[in-house]
Amino acid sequence: MARVDAENVSKHYGTVAALDGVTIHFTDGEFFGLLGPSGSGKTTLLRMIAGFIDPDTGSIAFDGERIDTVPVHRRGIGMVFQSYALFPHMTVRDNIAFGLDVRGTAKSEIDGKVAEMLDLVQLKGFGERKPRQLSGGQQQRVALARALITNPRVLLLDEPLGALDRRLRQEMQVELKEIQRRIGITTIFVTHDQEEALTLSDRIAIIDHGKLMQIGAPEAVYEKPVSVFAARFLGDANVFSGQAEGGGVKLATGELVKAAAGNAATAIVRPEKLDVMAAGTEVAADRNRIAGEIVQSIFSGASVTYRIRTNALGTEPLLVFAQNRSAAPFARGTQVTVSWSPADTVAVAT
Amino acid sequence: MSARTTSAAASWLPSAYLGLILAFLYLPIAVMMLMAFNRSELYELPFVFDLVWFKALAQNERLLWASFNSVWIAVVNAIIATTLGTLAAYAFARYEFRGKKLMQLLLFPPITIPWLIIGTSMLIFFFWTGIGKGLHAILLGHVALSLPYVIVVVGARLQSLDPTLPEAAATTGATPFQVFRRITLPLMAPGVVAAALFAFAVSFDQFVISYFLAAPGTSTLPVEIYTAIRKGFTPEVNAISTIIILVSMGLVLLVARNYKFGGDR
Repeated sequence: MARVDAENVSKHYGTVAALDGVTIHFTDGEFFGLLGPSGSGKTTLLRMIAGFIDPDTGSIAFDGERIDTVPVHRRGIGMVFQSYALFPHMTVRDNIAFGLDVRGTAKSEIDGKVAEMLDLVQLKGFGERKPRQLSGGQQQRVALARALITNPRVLLLDEPLGALDRRLRQEMQVELKEIQRRIGITTIFVTHDQEEALTLSDRIAIIDHGKLMQIGAPEAVYEKPVSVFAARFLGDANVFSGQAEGGGVKLATGELVKAAAGNAATAIVRPEKLDVMAAGTEVAADRNRIAGEIVQSIFSGASVTYRIRTNALGTEPLLVFAQNRSAAPFARGTQVTVSWSPADTVAVAT
Repeated sequence: MSARTTSAAASWLPSAYLGLILAFLYLPIAVMMLMAFNRSELYELPFVFDLVWFKALAQNERLLWASFNSVWIAVVNAIIATTLGTLAAYAFARYEFRGKKLMQLLLFPPITIPWLIIGTSMLIFFFWTGIGKGLHAILLGHVALSLPYVIVVVGARLQSLDPTLPEAAATTGATPFQVFRRITLPLMAPGVVAAALFAFAVSFDQFVISYFLAAPGTSTLPVEIYTAIRKGFTPEVNAISTIIILVSMGLVLLVARNYKFGGDR
């Protein structure tokens, strides 16, 4: 278990910055999600912590001790790869035991540890199989057991659930989180799946074009994105742009969107924060309101998704996720009033 | 089931075609092997079983020495070429260095250059550098000739290996040497074995270069067979060929049983 500090690390390939001055302090025992589109630099950072990539500048330390010149095999890490990277010529047992075997651990001790690991990942009785005889989910567990058996200081996961189908992925998310909590190991994982990042992480960092865009608890980053990119990357967002004026955003149409933080050129509101009412319904004076016409209404049982054409947003429809509470959802073509609280309106720089 | 529902002719034709091809490949060899056991020196029928030619072979020192030379040169060549070629293939697959692309490109032309030309140039070059003629020169020539084959065969195997496997091994704490010995080497072994067979065959088969580089009095089996045929063919050649065919086919079948070439076991 360790604290991990990546201090101002950069990596350039030619003129392209894969990672550009990123600083993240991973606290001991936390489950940390590195999130970003492909090519954002999140994998570069993970591989840097693992030791496969040397930073051009900056430093990486485990518990305050610099390790960026220490070779991979002496860093004391455990890693699960997207392809699992199980050794095809070895049994499940030998795969899991590998890390202890290369250290010259006594056979009796290895046997005990392997049994413990098989138990932990619920693969008792699979020890003598070859990796190719296992399902994707089982292979994933073997990879996890192989990574954990050496009691690493840090567990690194590279898109660990990316190759599984949706249902299995959700099951494994729960299991992974449970195992991580039980062992209490500092875990850093890379994903491009925002839902996975929100579900698993104690904290997340959003990375784009090699730069750290935002870092924080999942709820904080979701509720208070600092940029349109961060907002869009973690779910859906309605974006209002105009001029900073009158305690919010003054739109080109003259309407004012009030924001909690006051004047802003751009404001964001999440689709589930909006209320849709029949046109002309009274709205409290302190709330934002906007008129529009329903262009699409998708009923999915518990919720209804509306796309609403408004003058304020022009061609871009206003997106609303509404709980299915009223008698009947509004049909396409209905004139409506949409209202929401300024407190739910987040002012962002761009 | 589906194969049986097709018409009789459709299922009969492919087998016949395959049979013809196999007959074309193996009939001459079969005839030769049969004649090695035939008493008549002039290939006359009826066939009379006799081991007279094997007995004659046992007395033929030249042919036996040539066979011995061929075998040890092929074995030593396979060892040297496989070792050097595997290291080269590993370097090509795992490292970036200056001139890599050019070196990879230059590997292939020697495979297509006619042996006669390579043999001539080697003869001139070896004469000019003082290496001279003899078994050592033949061995040197065979190694140079086998290297591209080894690099290509081992390289193809390395290409098909998941590059994250050695990485995964390193993260568990294995040293680079342990990674190579425990992960990379066992996984590329089928390619290395196939390459060694190739190198053996390239050398064992080689006539032109051996002929050019052989010193008077010492030669390899193909050269000796050629000389023997020019002087007048004797079925002793059939006898030695039969032995060689049985041994080499046995070797190939043994290896093929243990390693399915191309596939991932």
